[in-house]
Amino acid sequence: MTGTATLHRRPAKPPAGHGPPSPGRTPGEGRMAALLLSPTLLVLALVIAYPLISAIHQSLYRAQSGLDADGYVTEGEAFVGLANYADLLAGESGQRFLNAFGNTTFFTVTTVLLETILGLALALAMNRAFKGRSFLRASILVPWAVPTAVSGLLWRWIFQSDGIANSLLGSEILWTAEGTASKLAVIIAEVWKTAPFIGLLVLAGMQIIPGEVYEAAKIDGAGWWRQLGSITLPLVKPTLLVAVLFRMLDALRMFDLPFVLIGPGKESVETLSMLAWDESNQLRYGSASAFAVVLFLYVAAVAIVFVKVLGADVTGARQLGAKRKARAADTTEKTGATR
Amino acid sequence: MRQRRHTWQTILTTTALATAAAIGLTGCGGTGAGTKASASAAAFEGKGPINYVSSRDSSGAANKSIEEWNAAHPDEKVTFIELPDSADQQRQQLIQNAQIKSDTFSVLNLDVVWNSEFAANKWVLPLPADAVPTDKMIPATVDAATYRDNLVGAPYYTDGALFYFRQDLLTAAGIAAPPKTWDEMKDACTKILALPEAAGMSCYTGQFDKNEALTVNFSEAVASAGGTVVDADGKPTVDTPEAREGLSLLVDGFKEGLFPSDAITYLEEQGRRAFQDGKVVFLRNWPFLYSSLSATDGSSKVAGKFGVTSIPGVDGTGVSTLGGRNLAVSPFTPNKATALEFIKFFTSEEQAKKRLELSSRAPAYADLYEDPAVVAKRPFFPTLLESLQNAQPRPKVVQYGTTTKAIQEEAYAALTGEKDTDAALGAMQAKLEEITAK
Repeated sequence: MTGTATLHRRPAKPPAGHGPPSPGRTPGEGRMAALLLSPTLLVLALVIAYPLISAIHQSLYRAQSGLDADGYVTEGEAFVGLANYADLLAGESGQRFLNAFGNTTFFTVTTVLLETILGLALALAMNRAFKGRSFLRASILVPWAVPTAVSGLLWRWIFQSDGIANSLLGSEILWTAEGTASKLAVIIAEVWKTAPFIGLLVLAGMQIIPGEVYEAAKIDGAGWWRQLGSITLPLVKPTLLVAVLFRMLDALRMFDLPFVLIGPGKESVETLSMLAWDESNQLRYGSASAFAVVLFLYVAAVAIVFVKVLGADVTGARQLGAKRKARAADTTEKTGATR
Repeated sequence: MRQRRHTWQTILTTTALATAAAIGLTGCGGTGAGTKASASAAAFEGKGPINYVSSRDSSGAANKSIEEWNAAHPDEKVTFIELPDSADQQRQQLIQNAQIKSDTFSVLNLDVVWNSEFAANKWVLPLPADAVPTDKMIPATVDAATYRDNLVGAPYYTDGALFYFRQDLLTAAGIAAPPKTWDEMKDACTKILALPEAAGMSCYTGQFDKNEALTVNFSEAVASAGGTVVDADGKPTVDTPEAREGLSLLVDGFKEGLFPSDAITYLEEQGRRAFQDGKVVFLRNWPFLYSSLSATDGSSKVAGKFGVTSIPGVDGTGVSTLGGRNLAVSPFTPNKATALEFIKFFTSEEQAKKRLELSSRAPAYADLYEDPAVVAKRPFFPTLLESLQNAQPRPKVVQYGTTTKAIQEEAYAALTGEKDTDAALGAMQAKLEEITAK
């Protein structure tokens, strides 16, 4: 919890939030801080720690139900250790799990990749000065503002067998039946909805790039592609990485879009969240919790890898550190540009 | 430290499920120690205000019945608690309330397929034998409200399949009567589809998307071929020749082009559109379509051109599956006497007849279907009664959720050609045996 504590302290005293406590702090100050933070910690413990621990605890149990002579359910919960987890690797439930795991990963990789490309293109388009720019920016936000379940319904309508997608393509593709087409339908709808998110975040990153950098590049004779590769992309990289990370964490939990667009229980688009939902719907809370815990670990692992390997700067810690260093060295103010 | 920020986000993703799990935990801890109550001796005591928990009734007919009750019983007022439209969510809320033994829900409106699950878990009380006039009700509706010889619900409304056909095309092809069997239907289609006005049409459609509707269509096909999905003793019987013949009707329908090629994506609504736009000659669907198909405002191309009859079978008329709802009393409500009295009042023939003024939901009472005043308003009622007299409930099993899932899974694989009919039925039998063995 100390990590959370420092996180929450940071906005008030930014430089003191990292590394060992600054030498000037008295013991009384620390006690005061703990006291002031305790309500927050209590709320966090209630809404985060308790459900998480409860889910892990639940995943070690299994309902043992049977019928007695009169046809009534005899029910009890038995401690089964890691059996719920072992089931994820073998037998029929194992197959379903692996399929859902594969789908989740597949959707995450494909949608985030396409969204990033499309989002970058959108940001580049919006970053130019032209007439009607603010109108374009506002209109690009529309898909993001539509609730996912509603956009699922809209796309379901588009993709139904006599819908507009088939009549435009002149095809007879059964988008909502099991098969590759349904995967494609989910990817299209998801990219349509979330590319604007990446686009807008990246746009914000692009707008803080000073114009002089581009002017200098122009004088040096750099073309549009060279400017993109050597100035724009490196400078928006921190923003882009954070945007991509958020999208990945979101995509790994994908539930409502395939659920509404294609329907529950279709193997082609079943994700881990849908599987956990289905299990809890069948009152098998033990295995549902096991699915949820595995999903949680998977998402956490992806996040760790992303931060460690690609160095996504989520909390802004590096920028702060760099600023401090820069101030200490008393050099230029443009720390972002020198990196 | 930075890591914690991410997990922070992801913890939220699991929170909802974890909460559900926590609720489950509290619920299950208590039921383990439950005493074995004798089935029929449940005492209905306690009077006072109660809550009636139900799906929405957009016709307002249910509200009218409740208002009438409240006017006559000022000290035992009934409050209508509305549940979400999705049946899955209704079931989930009802179960969660039962698991925490909440006394908020007094009278429950249950789908007929949940009957066994709720009864076996003691989430509803067995009703006294004389609670409802079962002898005046359609037998299948009473059967669907019974668990192991105990009546556990009072039939509220019911539903059965209708076979919609294009009368104009039958006449044009010189066919005197609508088909009664699949073979007759195929013959009729051969003649009709040769007509110039039927160019591009398909013969028949039901609902074949992977959904509860597929369980309905599969059960009907099997029953129409003389088989059962689960027999009277609760044993699965889908490895029989009859079940095979039933599923083959549907599989061959796709193979031979009898059904539209996109029928695998059809639910009730898509089927309605296909029939209404003149794409299919025959349609299996529920009665609620009747009014939109006969709309004369130009939205329906088939208004005045179609008729209804019972669904076709193999050797004769087919067997419809049964839909509908029952009312049941929660064991956790303190005012059980009021709840029972209210159910008696609400499901009485008098109230059922009054509700027919506003709602087209089919009542459980057989003689209302022959009432001239009712038939004048709802001309399909006599046909529906025939269908209901013959109807079979869907598999009556405690674990209905997993059962219907297994049926959908395997039937869908057979229809799409992913598995052959025998392999699909073999796998279905194995899955159902595993479910019912528990």
